[in-house]
Amino acid sequence: MRYKNLVINDPEELMFGLAPKPVTTPRGLVIGGGQVYAELNFTLPMMSINHNTLGEVYSHYREIAEGALERAVHLNSKGVVLEFETLLEMTKTPDIGVEIVKIMNEICERYYHKYGLASEIRLTPNDLREFERPAKQRSSAWLEPMMELFERGMMAGGDLLSIESTGGKEVSDDALMMCDVKGVMFALSVLGVRDMQFLWHKIVTLANRHGKIAAGDSACGFANTAMVLAEKKYIPKVFAALVRVISVVRSIVAMEEGAVGPDKDCGYEGPFLKAITGIPISMEGKTAACAHLSPIGNIASACADLWSNESVQNIKLLSGMAPTAYFEQLEYDARLMNEALRMGKMHCQVLQQLLVGSDVYTDPQALILSPENVIRISKELIKGDSYVANARNGALVALDIIEEALQSGKLNLSEMETNYLPIFRDDLNSIPDLESDFIEMMLPVLDPGKFILSEYGL
Amino acid sequence: MNEIIEKLLEAVEFGKIDQKSPYPPQLRGMDGSHELTQQALAAGVDPQRILEDALIPAMGNVGKKFAENKIFVPQMLMSAKAMGASMVQLKPFFASGAIKSKGTFIIGTVKGDLHDIGKNLVAMMVEGGGWTIVDLGVDVGSERFIEALKSNPGAVVGLSALLTTTMVNMGDIVAGIKACDPATKVLIGGAPVNADFCRSIGADFYAPDPQNAVEYLNKLAS
Repeated sequence: MRYKNLVINDPEELMFGLAPKPVTTPRGLVIGGGQVYAELNFTLPMMSINHNTLGEVYSHYREIAEGALERAVHLNSKGVVLEFETLLEMTKTPDIGVEIVKIMNEICERYYHKYGLASEIRLTPNDLREFERPAKQRSSAWLEPMMELFERGMMAGGDLLSIESTGGKEVSDDALMMCDVKGVMFALSVLGVRDMQFLWHKIVTLANRHGKIAAGDSACGFANTAMVLAEKKYIPKVFAALVRVISVVRSIVAMEEGAVGPDKDCGYEGPFLKAITGIPISMEGKTAACAHLSPIGNIASACADLWSNESVQNIKLLSGMAPTAYFEQLEYDARLMNEALRMGKMHCQVLQQLLVGSDVYTDPQALILSPENVIRISKELIKGDSYVANARNGALVALDIIEEALQSGKLNLSEMETNYLPIFRDDLNSIPDLESDFIEMMLPVLDPGKFILSEYGL
Repeated sequence: MNEIIEKLLEAVEFGKIDQKSPYPPQLRGMDGSHELTQQALAAGVDPQRILEDALIPAMGNVGKKFAENKIFVPQMLMSAKAMGASMVQLKPFFASGAIKSKGTFIIGTVKGDLHDIGKNLVAMMVEGGGWTIVDLGVDVGSERFIEALKSNPGAVVGLSALLTTTMVNMGDIVAGIKACDPATKVLIGGAPVNADFCRSIGADFYAPDPQNAVEYLNKLAS
């Protein structure tokens, strides 16, 4: 792993709106430069996407962008990011995705020139390689439309580039359901890392060629899946917390390959990435309840530079269209954080303490996201010489933090949860430092039909 | 004989696959479902009885505990694996007709959608309920459902979707299935769907969770 020192060592410096390496966008947003901006995410209502409905599809995106930016002007917003997370058809047929970027970019440009409102589009194509089982991470024909959408989409106005890549998911899905921490380690710190290196080298090369911003990747299909499963009480919350920490070594590879942030909203590993690399991050919490429930509604914003809602359908609410309504919620949260930033460090710390304190001991997934614990875990995540060792060490200290909180009586967990703690510790302790040793350990116990080693350069 | 059946029920309920299996700790060193099924068959226990008096009730207990949030999915999966170790030995009796399953359940995630965690859970629970599963995987269009239905006449079909833009594909699939055989029952599930949507596309049942799917199917079988 490239990073050997934390850029942010002091929990007090891990603050919303402030990143040591802010990102300036073409229309003048300075993300992490002293402001928190809303990042609006949206999707279509229930409908098919086909040749006959394309006009309607484009109308929806036009309406979403227009509605959000009109509201942003009305609320005196300092800036907005619109995340266009494509639906499968829009990546499979890049023409569709590119057209939508064009539509939204024209609206962004108009509001910029007419009202001075700075807005940017984050373009997030789908990882189509998942369509093949086992996935062909490096040789899949699906890579072509994905990269085409990245390239043509960025030229059409998608200035921030992201993806929720899926390397290792073939192993992770089963491991999550079995609470198999070694399987998750293999999926993320071996397969995930290797695929991120492959994919992000391509994305960063493209972004640099066109002067665009390679932003970051979210371990959504891994750690957020774990969080949602834990919310449904399918798996223990302590396991979901560990998966989050393990996912850091996978997501940080985007930065190692040259991504500069803002990291993606649904990557709750963002605070660790910010502490280690200094990049700005997007986060989502209570305002993402339209898409999924979570136990980290307030604490997620403690060090956010963009504040997001994950995804909301373009449907009519009493107040207006849902994306407009959600933009307003995001904007008021951002406004509160920005007022604290304007008033100075002490006010930021008070607000952050409230955001952290209201969640931190209610769930182990919240616990690991307090600035103190993010720094403590991050130190372990960079100590070793391999991704495997770092992920294991980070997870072990996360376990320490959970057990300390239990012993102090501040955190309460059911016996169903605590029964898993010694199992996870034993499993983590059995993992060797070296990737090659770990692979040798895991191959006999994994289903060889689920993944293709050579597609990960192995 | 009753003792073997009781032990087998316990082994499956608590996920004890075989004697070597370290899980669950309280049954460490004891026979698992693999050995107990062998013993039951050697003792001349009717294979149908093994299925109906041990395996299905064990998985029923597991499903109940899961529905009541008393266990997590891994415990349920271990039970499913323990049941699988038993079912392997019962397979010849299914083939010969000595054991009858409750029916066949064809399941798949609909066209355009790759999400399968929920679908896999439902398949596992339904199999534990004594049904034969035909899992078509993900990104499945109506042709493949109909093809599977033709190979398994009388089967019940389950459709899963996680996206607002793929749930609409359920309508076409239901229409295709009903056109092929109007009597076929179709149940649907997934985050964006609900009972109203189920009715609107002409499906027969909306299952909000795996346990509800099992209960619906068991009602059909009874």
